[in-house]
Amino acid sequence: MDETTVPGQEGEGGRAATRRDVLKLAGVLAVAGAAPTVTVRPAAATPADMQAAIAKVTGDAKLSVGKVKLDIPPLVENGNTVPCAITVDSPMTPADYVKAIHVFNEKNPQPNVISAKLGPRAGRASISTRIRLSDTQTIVAVAELSDGSFWSDRVDVIITLGACLEDAI
Amino acid sequence: MARALINVPAKARRGEVIAIKTLISHVMESGFRHTNTGVPIPRDIITAFVATYNGEEIFRADLYPAIAANPFITFHTVATASGTIEFRWTGDNGYSATEQVKITVE
Repeated sequence: MDETTVPGQEGEGGRAATRRDVLKLAGVLAVAGAAPTVTVRPAAATPADMQAAIAKVTGDAKLSVGKVKLDIPPLVENGNTVPCAITVDSPMTPADYVKAIHVFNEKNPQPNVISAKLGPRAGRASISTRIRLSDTQTIVAVAELSDGSFWSDRVDVIITLGACLEDAI
Repeated sequence: MARALINVPAKARRGEVIAIKTLISHVMESGFRHTNTGVPIPRDIITAFVATYNGEEIFRADLYPAIAANPFITFHTVATASGTIEFRWTGDNGYSATEQVKITVE
């Protein structure tokens, strides 16, 4: 490499700064510039992640729409606590009952919300809880019946103030 | 000791479907938040909730960070016999809490 001098700059040992010195300095500055910690937030779960999480539960079975009623307010001011109730239309007899209820979301950091296991002993396939939602999104409830079929309901929820990702004080 | 609120009817008729409401105090730190200086706050949540009726499991739920702080869970069961309903919450950092409620079935 030829030692091209850069006019007006002094390099190591008093000689004129070479092209090599300048490049070395530029490299150091670039590293220093990148060094301040950049907090990398986990990417939000995407609809594809939610589909994958649902597929993990349902396997190859067909996911039908119906029988499940997901009761969640359509417009929520504070995503930190969103009341959420799931009711499945089932006689809950030993021959025909709901085995499990799962809830999924699209845009929280993780697609799962809750997985509950029930049995004929429950008498009524109805659960409720309070959940966190980070953004305006679609919530899906999936019920697994004792005959191996899967039923679902989905609700679009608008969130004014999201949960999960705000900084702690 | 964790504080828990549990609502179970004290008396029920045999075969009646009763609603059970549970609430336990817990921060449910999601693990996705950072402090002002950018340090991630480690996850600290309740991961499992189990209810047993006279030793028989009647309800179980896996909880994820998307459950709000102070998890509130309601479910139903059939009142079969007098006895004890036990609730157990387990979670990160060895968290475990147990509560019992007596029920009289006539």
